[in-house]
Amino acid sequence: MTTVNTKLDRRSFLKVSALAGGGMMLSFSWLAGCKPTAEEALGLPKEWFELNSYIKIGENGAVTLFSPNPEFGSNVKTSMPMILAEELDTDWKNVIVEQADFYPERYDRQFTGGSQGIRQGWTPLRTAGATARAMLVAAAAQTWKVSASEITTSAGILEHKGSGKKAHYGEMASLAATMEVPEEVQLKELKDFKIIGSSKKNVEASKIVTGKPLFSIDHKVEGMKYAAIVHPPAFGMKLKSFDKSSVSGMSGIQDVFSISLFKEDYGRNFFDTTTFPEIVAIVGNSTWEVMQAKKSLAVEWENAPESSFEVGGFGGRPNTKVTVPSGLENTSSHKDRMKEYITKPGTIVRKDGDPEGAFKKAAKVIEKTYSAPFLAHNTMEPMNCFADVKGDKAVVYGPTQAPESIMGTLVQALGIPKENIQINLARMGGGFGRRAYSHHMTEAALISQKIQAPVKMVYTREDDMSAGVYRPAYSATYRAALDENNNLLALHVKAGGIPESPLHANRFPAGALDNYLAESWDIPSNITIGAFRAPRSNFIAAAEQSFLDELAEVMGKDPIEFRLELLKRAETNPVGEQNDYDAKRYAGVLELVRDKSKWNTPAAGVHRGVSAYFCHNSYVAEVVDIKIVDSKPVVEKVYAAVDCGIVVNPDAATNMGEGAIVDGIGNAFFGELAFENGVPNKTNFDKYRMIRQKETPKSIEVHFVDSKVDPTGLGEPFFPPVFAALANSLYKATGKRYYEQPFASQLEMQNLKM
Amino acid sequence: MAIFNLNINGTSKQVDVDPTTPMLWVLRDHLDLVGTKFGCGIAQCGACTIHLDGNAMRSCQLPVSAVADSKITTIEGLSEQGDHPVQQAWLEHDVPQCGYCQAGQIMSAAALLASNPNPSDTDIDNAMNGNICRCGTYTRIKAAIKTASQKL
Repeated sequence: MTTVNTKLDRRSFLKVSALAGGGMMLSFSWLAGCKPTAEEALGLPKEWFELNSYIKIGENGAVTLFSPNPEFGSNVKTSMPMILAEELDTDWKNVIVEQADFYPERYDRQFTGGSQGIRQGWTPLRTAGATARAMLVAAAAQTWKVSASEITTSAGILEHKGSGKKAHYGEMASLAATMEVPEEVQLKELKDFKIIGSSKKNVEASKIVTGKPLFSIDHKVEGMKYAAIVHPPAFGMKLKSFDKSSVSGMSGIQDVFSISLFKEDYGRNFFDTTTFPEIVAIVGNSTWEVMQAKKSLAVEWENAPESSFEVGGFGGRPNTKVTVPSGLENTSSHKDRMKEYITKPGTIVRKDGDPEGAFKKAAKVIEKTYSAPFLAHNTMEPMNCFADVKGDKAVVYGPTQAPESIMGTLVQALGIPKENIQINLARMGGGFGRRAYSHHMTEAALISQKIQAPVKMVYTREDDMSAGVYRPAYSATYRAALDENNNLLALHVKAGGIPESPLHANRFPAGALDNYLAESWDIPSNITIGAFRAPRSNFIAAAEQSFLDELAEVMGKDPIEFRLELLKRAETNPVGEQNDYDAKRYAGVLELVRDKSKWNTPAAGVHRGVSAYFCHNSYVAEVVDIKIVDSKPVVEKVYAAVDCGIVVNPDAATNMGEGAIVDGIGNAFFGELAFENGVPNKTNFDKYRMIRQKETPKSIEVHFVDSKVDPTGLGEPFFPPVFAALANSLYKATGKRYYEQPFASQLEMQNLKM
Repeated sequence: MAIFNLNINGTSKQVDVDPTTPMLWVLRDHLDLVGTKFGCGIAQCGACTIHLDGNAMRSCQLPVSAVADSKITTIEGLSEQGDHPVQQAWLEHDVPQCGYCQAGQIMSAAALLASNPNPSDTDIDNAMNGNICRCGTYTRIKAAIKTASQKL
């Protein structure tokens, strides 16, 4: 057994209290067990380590876990109670998760994103479960007047074999609540796990398949009004005027007014990104009526001037001054500007050895440039929010990944103190990073404040897709220097984007090369961007892993063998000290996928490509098999190997992997948003092509490395590598390399139907 | 505004709405049947799929005035106990991630199986191609449809 101190660090502890009506409540810090990296230590405010979660054990033995993390589809609502139930030694079915509302005094920091839920919950949940179990055992020992060491537990039952005494947890909970929290508790050995590592079904699935109201868009209260919004049609434009009389006679329309999200002197936080800080709201009696009025409203727009403001850094980092340029931007001019930046020097982010010298003496230089467009998140549930603001009290219920950030925004926008604002967290119909930016909640709250009545605001799909906060447009140029025997002498990456660079300079293959140069650039834009499933990684993995594939071919090496050689170097004799990956684990997933896919003996007619990437603390390698059937690329099979440490809920983890692979293949084939005079060229699914059932891989196999390491991220790491695995398999099938995403347009030029 | 008498999930319901109102919003705003979801409003994503006399129909493009005596079934009325073979198969395969599109997926799948109890892969691809899942649960959706087809 492992003994852990319940006082996990100087700021965290557990606290027990009695439940009104009987039972115990054990409060703990959700994040206490997370050893932050240097970067995260800067990013995580110390308040994150305060008590922010609790478990309750009722007199009936029911265990309630209070989770501070909102659910957006990664199934934490099932996997987290599994961890708790394991150490508590109760039947996991007796554990339910209660979604924490946002209580400012208790939950100063709540965030879902960055594939951190299980990683950060692991040790605190285990410790809390083990502590509660130890206290229940102590209560039974006192009651039965026997030694605690003679008491065993199983499935929520305490037993003293010597005397034959038995009790369920609920019977001892009230007494346990009066006892001291032990300073040390013992955690189970991994081999004794009964729940962790066995697949459990999604605890909310039956509600989902029967259509129960789970999302804020489903919420309704007596007297509630409905609101639609009208925002400028183009990036770089703002509201000039609107004519209320153009819709005021329409059926069911109550009011039309404009709202402004930020007061003049407000200092914006990191997640305050919004494209249009002033919009028009239409309030009425039903969604359909306000949507009809939206089409008829007479509005005038004008060009917005350049603006600049201070934005707070993420998690307490210093403020930065952001300047939003004026003008109506075009994708064609974006591409021209990106070409300019590719040829001029960037900012050097990392340099090992003498890359310039190596390129000078190279017998051969290979240079390739990769690019990808802006992407819309397209969560299936459009942005929406319910708000009820009356006088100096506000209730806001909506889908958000970052409630603590939006609280500050609401305080300034409404002029209502924090303690009078109740944020309720909804299950989200998809997040993918988009709902870290929760201006939709401020909008609904301001609308409700204006009419002093409850309101539900819903974006149309067109509003949602054209409101920005996109995945940036990216470019990366890779150069390799080879000697006359095709030995790799140096690697140079220069990557940038609009408006941010995708570069992760300290990731593989940095550390595996004597001579390495990484440069970065960015181009300002008024097109807003935000986190999108595995930010930056979702592009740079595609570029890097496509380039390594091409490089391996020139060097006459097998693409997996080539990567393993580089990783061996990084493991045994790494270059530099900043390398942020474990080369051995990286190699492990490549070896596993090579084995599982029978890499060296592909089936007849199958073209395969490989790719591997590390992000969010996990390692993933993927092999994509395609066939060309009737001039159409068909993804036959995808093999994925992942090292995410211990797998809590294997089938749910597999589901995440399958979904991310499908999502990645879809975006690689089809994902694209372009602009003309600031107007996005797609605003709904008739034009914005999403992957559908027909293009989905016929089968996906997900294999986990058998690991005893604490669990790491899963929601994002499967996503980045699949882009290059697909590109590399398409190359095998067609003889052409795919440098520009999305691939469908190039395939169609080659008379391959998509 | 006009009064419409509708047959929804086997019961008659009366609503007083603008005749152009799509069934999606009649269900969601006026009858509190919110299992049918809004996704795109132009019949391109399938989140709002219902059954009109047993056929899959995008309710966002179906004006209430066009329904007349047709029988409407929503996800809430697909089965009394939530145990339609498609719902059971969805649970067995643990299909949902965020869950938002799944009611529409289930309604499309149930309509497919009602008319074609043993669909081929191509039949499933064709019948389900109008339903988008941003979480990418399509492989499980297909597997669940095959499981359900064996239990019909």
